[in-house]
Amino acid sequence: MNTPEPVRIDRRAAIKWMMAAGAGAALLGPRSLLGAPGTAPAHGYGTDPATTKPYSPGDIWPLVLSGAQRREVAALSDVILPAEGGAPSASSVGVTDFIDEWASAPYPDNVEDGRVITAGLAWLEAESVRRHGAVFADLGDAQRLGLCEEMSKDAPEGSAHEAISKFFRLFRNLVCTGYYSTPVGMKDLGYVGNVPLARFEGPPPELVAKLGLADEVRW
Amino acid sequence: MAFVTPSSALDKYDVIVVGSGAAGGQAAYTLTMAGARVLMLEAGRNYDPQAETPMFQTNDQAPLRGAGTPDKPFGFYDATVGGGWSVPGEPYTNASDESERQFQWWRSRMLGGRTNHWARHSLRNGPYDFKPRSRDGLGFDWPISYEDVAPYYDKVEMLIGVYGNNNGLENTPDSPEGCLLPPPKARIGELLAKQRGRSLGIPVIPIHRAVLSAPLDHERIPAKLHPGNLKAQRILAGDMRNRAACFWATSCGRGCAIRANYQSTTVHIPPAMATGNLDVLVDAMVREVTVDSSGKATGVTYIDKVRKQEHHASARVIVLAASACETARLLLNSKSNHFPNGLANSSGLVGKYIMDTVGAGWGGQIPLLENLPSYNEDGAGGLHVYAPWWLYKQQLAGKLGFARGYHVEFGTGKGMPGANAPYVSDAGGRTVFGAKMKEEARRYYGSHIWFSGRGEMIPNEDSYCEIDPKVVDTWGIPVLRFNWKWSDHETRQAAHMQRTFADWITAMGGTNAKQPDASGKKAISQGGYVIHEVGGTIMGSAPGSSVTNRWSQTWDVPNVFVADGAVFASNADKNPTLTIMALAWRAADRILEEMSRGNL
Ligand SMILES: Cc1cc2nc3c(=O)[nH]c(=O)nc-3n(C[C@H](O)[C@H](O)[C@H](O)COP(=O)(O)OP(=O)(O)OC[C@H]3O[C@@H](n4cnc5c(N)ncnc54)[C@H](O)[C@@H]3O)c2cc1C
Ligand code: SF4
Repeated sequence: MNTPEPVRIDRRAAIKWMMAAGAGAALLGPRSLLGAPGTAPAHGYGTDPATTKPYSPGDIWPLVLSGAQRREVAALSDVILPAEGGAPSASSVGVTDFIDEWASAPYPDNVEDGRVITAGLAWLEAESVRRHGAVFADLGDAQRLGLCEEMSKDAPEGSAHEAISKFFRLFRNLVCTGYYSTPVGMKDLGYVGNVPLARFEGPPPELVAKLGLADEVRW
Repeated sequence: MAFVTPSSALDKYDVIVVGSGAAGGQAAYTLTMAGARVLMLEAGRNYDPQAETPMFQTNDQAPLRGAGTPDKPFGFYDATVGGGWSVPGEPYTNASDESERQFQWWRSRMLGGRTNHWARHSLRNGPYDFKPRSRDGLGFDWPISYEDVAPYYDKVEMLIGVYGNNNGLENTPDSPEGCLLPPPKARIGELLAKQRGRSLGIPVIPIHRAVLSAPLDHERIPAKLHPGNLKAQRILAGDMRNRAACFWATSCGRGCAIRANYQSTTVHIPPAMATGNLDVLVDAMVREVTVDSSGKATGVTYIDKVRKQEHHASARVIVLAASACETARLLLNSKSNHFPNGLANSSGLVGKYIMDTVGAGWGGQIPLLENLPSYNEDGAGGLHVYAPWWLYKQQLAGKLGFARGYHVEFGTGKGMPGANAPYVSDAGGRTVFGAKMKEEARRYYGSHIWFSGRGEMIPNEDSYCEIDPKVVDTWGIPVLRFNWKWSDHETRQAAHMQRTFADWITAMGGTNAKQPDASGKKAISQGGYVIHEVGGTIMGSAPGSSVTNRWSQTWDVPNVFVADGAVFASNADKNPTLTIMALAWRAADRILEEMSRGNL
């Protein structure tokens, strides 16, 4: 199975990213197959960003993952959160861009996570090549799943597997964050708010009765 | 009159109000509605909630899915502008390196201050709360009683709009008929907490919040608030008509573009502006209060942050409403021959006895709430219910080991997904993924409850702010240095909170993954963390033991008043802002009276 380079949501972001990647390369010296780890730009969005306009990853700080890393992120995201029923997969709703944005952000927690992510991706890439002779994004479903099963196992503190296990937990959480915060994901999860109502009716009576709470409704 | 610049401002005003939050907004409202000419100076930028509030934006439209960052600690969409736990160019320091001896200071720099994003919990202090020392011998009594403040609570509730109801519980005052708006219905998790809390003796009742659960009665209220003042009545009636009722969507912490909750910028400042009596100067950082040779205040010097120039503004009366610690800082920095230790500081108590609220939290997952069918439970953008303190008798009998109470705020429900990934069990020694993960995410979504204890701190000698002898801010103004210490009363209270919440989780059918902290030392949050800081210029009945009198007027300089929480002589578990507004209104009434008598 071959995962194509995920489509960027916003063209402006891509241009900024290409410029930043060019600038970064000089500083970082020779690049590995996977590109350089997340180099944090100096600035975040500051304490007074405009909050009413929509943002796309890459609008504020450049995205630093390489094309190869992004293919790997997309492939891994889709094993973690595949298309299911009518719901699309993680990478098809912008999760790749989100993880790239997260790993590229200048804030201290993000810089830390960015290190974990790039190291984890490097390990997974090397391991895929070592075992199956191809990068993760080019592996078959069973091979991808096998690697994920292994990464998903909790590891005792201090063990060799600990870093991989932590990487996988972080990555899984980010996939979920990225997915469930989209309209598609919110629907999948069962969030039905964010629409104006004329009245707030509280929980439906059947639900209240089911939990034995009918006596609690009156004040 | 409207937004002015240093060059277009008048030469002299009746009153200068420093700060535009709850305190400054209320003071300016009361004064201008009665005809006084007021200049409001605000260090932050202008802010227009109707144009700038992200109402329906979803988290996928925000950087990092709206996650909190050092730039926006409470998330991208939080209304705070120009601040948070740190304000660029305006540092503060702590005397101690130990985190439990440090104070964290949340500030914003915008018109309306922190009222643009506060949680809007609006509880009245009860009768005990004004006389705590008489009850248990600790801390200080206020020079005023509940009866003195009650009429102002009534007025503020009617003006800003507060939902809730009356339950006749001890030290949890009822509001007179016509003050409150109807409480919203409880969410499913709130109902379960109510039912199971009963087995522990914990009462769960509607909270009081400054949100319009129904339109304000613009025909009745204006005449009640401004008897005999037809102009004020007309302006207020018109303004109330322009405030929409809550439409039960969007989080109040983002602010409210339809003006359905209380923000100084949507409730106080618009009618005050409409009187024509209010001039507002934003980006104006007040450095000090100036005095004449007789020791009377003449005005303030301030820095025009945009043009980076210093100016002076003059008035008959100065009202400090910069928020408790900033107000103390301003007084301490106002040194003159008359007042070498800072203005109004003959007692040496300016900056002393700062208090925050005791905070401790505990959460759990409730199997009964798993896999429930979804319904829209956004509600009023915040809490609908809470538990007021319920152990007054046991406490007075000395059975609890700590002297003051706490109330419980708790959150449940299917909130809008954002930067926190939905909960999945990760049981069986592995990180779940794939179809199982999706199934678990749906199953557990909305099945958690989080309890936050909010308790009273007793003022102590070790918790105070002072001027740092070395550090200045970007404007060259000396900054505050904080000193902090919780006493055993607070840490034991925090331990009681966690123990109670763990029992509550059990009563709701959940299991506690770990044990609560029995010492309370780990449970208690850092000083300042609950963002209810008050004190620093406490009010009292004598000049030697307090900074202001019962009218929030400084003993030493009669034409300087403090309208914010700095005057609090105790910090009840009740969130402070409603009381700040009530006292600001009362102080403004006093200023008007004294001006009309020719005393100011
Ligand atoms: C997230 C959050 C939730 C909260 N929830 C609640 C709640 O539910 N209930 C409750 O009662 N309280 C709550 N609070 C606390 C509440 O926000 C404050 O008590 C209230 O805003 C205090 O009003 P204030 O006018 O004293 O100060 P502020 O609202 O802080 O306003 C002070 C203003 O003065 C300006 N200023 C400061 N220094 C100067 C200067 N030198 N010159 C000119 N201007 C100056 C500031 O820029 C600011 O705009 C909450 C706070 C936060 C942060
Ligand atoms: S929940 Fe209601 S009051 Fe709060 S922001 Fe939304 S509309 Fe305004």
